[in-house]
Amino acid sequence: MIKRFLTLLVALLLAAPVVAQNGPLRLTITDGVIEPITFAAPTFQAENAEATQAANDISRLVAQDLQGSGLFREIPANAFISQVSGFSQPVAFADWRAINAQALVTGAVAVNGGQLTVKFRLYDVFSGQELGGGLQFAGTTAGWRRMGHKVADAVYSRITGEGGYFDSRVVFVGESGPKDNRQMRLGVMDFDGANLQYLTDSSSIVLAPRFSPNGDRVLYTSFESGFPRINVLNVATVGRQQLQTAPGEMAFSPRFSRDGGSIIYSLTNGGNTDIYRSDLASGQFVQLTSAPSIETAPSLSPDGSQIVFESDRSGTQQIYIMSANGGEARRISFGEGRYSTPVWSPRGDLVAFTKQHAGRFHIGVMRTDGSEERLLTASFLDEGPTWSPNGRVIMFSRESQGADGTSAIYSVDISGRNLKAVPVQGAASDPSWGPLQP
Amino acid sequence: MKIMTKAAVMLLVLGTAACTNPDRFAGGAGAGGAGGAGGAGGVGMDGGMAGSVSDPRSPLYFNQTIGDRVLFAVDTSTLTPEGQRILDGQAQWLLTNADYRAVVEGHADEQGTREYNLALGGRRANAVREYLVSRGVPASRLEVISYGKLRPIEICSEESCYAKNRRAVTVLSFSAITS
Repeated sequence: MIKRFLTLLVALLLAAPVVAQNGPLRLTITDGVIEPITFAAPTFQAENAEATQAANDISRLVAQDLQGSGLFREIPANAFISQVSGFSQPVAFADWRAINAQALVTGAVAVNGGQLTVKFRLYDVFSGQELGGGLQFAGTTAGWRRMGHKVADAVYSRITGEGGYFDSRVVFVGESGPKDNRQMRLGVMDFDGANLQYLTDSSSIVLAPRFSPNGDRVLYTSFESGFPRINVLNVATVGRQQLQTAPGEMAFSPRFSRDGGSIIYSLTNGGNTDIYRSDLASGQFVQLTSAPSIETAPSLSPDGSQIVFESDRSGTQQIYIMSANGGEARRISFGEGRYSTPVWSPRGDLVAFTKQHAGRFHIGVMRTDGSEERLLTASFLDEGPTWSPNGRVIMFSRESQGADGTSAIYSVDISGRNLKAVPVQGAASDPSWGPLQP
Repeated sequence: MKIMTKAAVMLLVLGTAACTNPDRFAGGAGAGGAGGAGGAGGVGMDGGMAGSVSDPRSPLYFNQTIGDRVLFAVDTSTLTPEGQRILDGQAQWLLTNADYRAVVEGHADEQGTREYNLALGGRRANAVREYLVSRGVPASRLEVISYGKLRPIEICSEESCYAKNRRAVTVLSFSAITS
């Protein structure tokens, strides 16, 4: 009792200066310093005995997702003054205000014969209002993580006003073995590294997988035929086939068009690499660049009208933008060093890239006119950015230095904050972040 | 017959691809063995890539005495005078030993992105192919491939290793068939 009183007292003292919140709970994500929104997520109610474990796991996952975004900070359960006794019971807002929880997430879970139902409510504690209506998700017990991610996405979305990214998957290259005999295979996992599944074996080199816009297929470069060729893999069936490209010695660096019906890629002939587009149904192709330099890593704008790519036509790798039909290109990178692997953001406003300068590698972003360049990371070797579905987070590969060097996947906010390793079993590289799942 | 040739070449290629050892010639195993096993028109190979370093007709002589690889400066595909001297020897050997084909493998060091280095390795392999063709080797006997930075032979993260990884290697395969 004394302990609880002390907790309350401390909480009240702490709470005083932070109650400066006016109007409804809303976190506007800007490039400035963000004060995370504090939230409490008491363990969801188990509506039947079978649901106890799932209720516990799902509420933990919701909290982990929110906290992991860097935009939210969890108030630990041992600070709670009141408990949530029922999903439909009135909320004792004063008790949550007292511990300075700005948001309260409550939920209830039921399990019936392998089927799982999750209900949740989100409260703006300081205004004493529910934020959005209650929402319910249903799925299988095996898919409980997706239910948790969906709740977290809804909370994230209601508070930030932007789409979430937790219920999404990432395709990547799983690596094993020493540097001079590295084995590579495609893998797919949840955005947080869970539910890892390998899609190919390690019998040949695979590179740079790319999700289709709706996540049903993956393009990748494979050496299976003996030479680099573009393959497509159906994620559900794991069936795969080599795609017809324009004739050439090597085809690589593929990406789907926004409608998923064609691909843009690099083709090498006579030592010269240019960018092409091929229609998947007819196999008809168009050559989009024709320079004696290396043109590679093409990425389409969200509206499909333009392509950002890298070229060393100026003598070093730089980033250019051209029409999706080819033609004149304008250079957008002018800083020191070499710029490569540009990727257009899903929001259309930014291009993420790899930058190499003074012996270090960086992941960065710039506006599509090349202004406001911002380097987000620095290491011995960072490369290959990929965007979260909402354009707020970037994943990339980081390789450590030396004979024992290995690859790992990292993520970072576009503000440069919240840099962390994605927990993948084994070494991993070349992530491609897929869309929010339906 | 032409189909047979293609099949044989494919087998050679697959043999090359299946070999996971980046140094194909250590221990004398490698593409040649697989190609021979492929039964290219019934012409077998004795001892795969083996042979004697001192036998000018042996692949081992090509690999070690002439030198199967040339090295490049950072971010370039320009052949050095030393590289040209080695390639002169390779061209001479290939002209003498018309039963052999070759895949020129381009490689890069780890200082660069995977995609760019794949393209850069393609440039290096092509520079070697063009030089060999300029010395009379029929282009039809040469293929090119790049592994970018994915198949280093030296694994340290220092220039001493990088210098050996920036290479183009001429990998022989036996093919007695002419189309």
